[in-house]
Amino acid sequence: MTAAAATLSLPAPAWRRGDMTAMLALPAMGYMLVVFAVPLALLLWSSMRGEAGFSLAGYARILGDDYYRQVIWNSLSLGLITTAGCAILGYPAAFAIARARGYWQVVLFALVFLPLTVSIIVKTFGWAIMLRRDGLVNFALLGLGLADRPQRMLFTPESLYAGMINVFLPFMILPCYSVVRMLDPRLTEAAATLGASAWHAFSRVTFPLSLPGLVAGIGIVFSLSCAAYVTPSLLIGERYMTMSQVMAKAYLNLRDWQLGSAMAAILLAVAVLVVLATSWLQRRLARRGGSSS
Amino acid sequence: MTRLGVATCWTALVVAILFLMAPIIVIIPVSFNEGSVFRFPPVGFSLKWYERIRNIDAILSALALSAQIAALSTATALVLGTLAAIAIVRGRIPGGEAIATFLASPLMLPGLVLGIGMLQAFRAIGLFDAWASLLLAHVVVTMPFIMRTVLASLSLFDFAMVDAARTLGCSYPAALWKVLVPNILPGFISGALFAFIASFDNYPVSMFLTDVRNKTLPIQLLNTIEMSPDPTLAALSTVLIVLTILALVLCDRLVGLRRMASI
Repeated sequence: MTAAAATLSLPAPAWRRGDMTAMLALPAMGYMLVVFAVPLALLLWSSMRGEAGFSLAGYARILGDDYYRQVIWNSLSLGLITTAGCAILGYPAAFAIARARGYWQVVLFALVFLPLTVSIIVKTFGWAIMLRRDGLVNFALLGLGLADRPQRMLFTPESLYAGMINVFLPFMILPCYSVVRMLDPRLTEAAATLGASAWHAFSRVTFPLSLPGLVAGIGIVFSLSCAAYVTPSLLIGERYMTMSQVMAKAYLNLRDWQLGSAMAAILLAVAVLVVLATSWLQRRLARRGGSSS
Repeated sequence: MTRLGVATCWTALVVAILFLMAPIIVIIPVSFNEGSVFRFPPVGFSLKWYERIRNIDAILSALALSAQIAALSTATALVLGTLAAIAIVRGRIPGGEAIATFLASPLMLPGLVLGIGMLQAFRAIGLFDAWASLLLAHVVVTMPFIMRTVLASLSLFDFAMVDAARTLGCSYPAALWKVLVPNILPGFISGALFAFIASFDNYPVSMFLTDVRNKTLPIQLLNTIEMSPDPTLAALSTVLIVLTILALVLCDRLVGLRRMASI
């Protein structure tokens, strides 16, 4: 929102130069200020209001209560676990797609891309069907003799983590892939010719060059998974309350707007911090890349 | 890369793809199930769940509402977003990058927070109509996708062509329409597809803005999953998956799939 406030005064010099093209941004800017920025500002404002004017009671209630502190920690650790899982699986997978030849690359890409376009609700629903007592996973476990009776898997934290990684994995693979695809394989060969071991070549050449993709993936997966609502509420429900679930409950069931808006402000702060940190890192990486190569 | 490295990467990719595809593929056999539970392996073969989709009014009207809102909000965001993108690329506005970031930022912010903020703001100015609230909100949801793809296309476009068209007697709007639009059509198509899907699939923002008579498809789906889950949902999901695949194949023909990855 600082960006929004700053741009209000910015177009003026362009008009004075008679540059009418700059005015084309006005409809979109106006729309987004009124329908997007102002509501968020109002939300922050109302999170700091009590019955008698200014009050931080909503925040005090959340931060002073073990239950709500646990909820915040639940959301953050869910975000961390999901991001780590996506990075461990997605980062090497991006290399494999980028190294595939010809038409294979398009096919593999499509297989990663398709799940991104399928509704989150449909995917989570499919995941829940698989993990039922009479579902595919138990069928396979029993058939392979890995279990002697159906296991309870739904409504466990592990099934939630797996479902979250399932939903957000493409958001990690695609940015990594788009950076890794541009890397010149001859760089690694050059490092090898100069006597670098395979590990050394990776850690000193390939990994640093692929970092912009990894940072972008981590940023988007973390901020989306911290705020996820559909997947946690379908796969685990009240047993693992996240900030989004508390917010929904505060507004829809409890009618406790003070609690809801304070929780919303905290979640918004987390997301904005992640966005700022990501873009700061990206700029640093770009500068470093520009000066060293 | 060493052989170990290559093997690790390929194993990760195969695991990732199987993992990503599993919940999507598992729905399809379940939708042809004869029984009313989601057993695996499914029993018998029947199309009765597909038959039932047509008889559930709530689902049909939710489908219609979601399609309307997605189409109208995508069209609005296309117009507003493209104009803004032209201004950012051409207008030499100081802080153009900040404007682009601002217009694309709803993508990275928690949807639930947006929904709550809009609910409070709309109610404060006396807007209680669910349809209008949804449309206003979904333009914000779709804007980032348009901004990202159209900006990327525009930065590759040679604006000298627009000037050439104007010297040849076109007005500025006509020059944009006749020269710019056809040239950045791939950006429009992939941006619009993403925007449409984002709106059609949006749950967290819509959640606060719907009412009993105006429910979007995701809201209706989640309601049904929570209230009365039966294989009708699997049948509907299968229909949605097939429609998505068709849309992707169409876009691949028109644009090429990999161009769309630049979200």
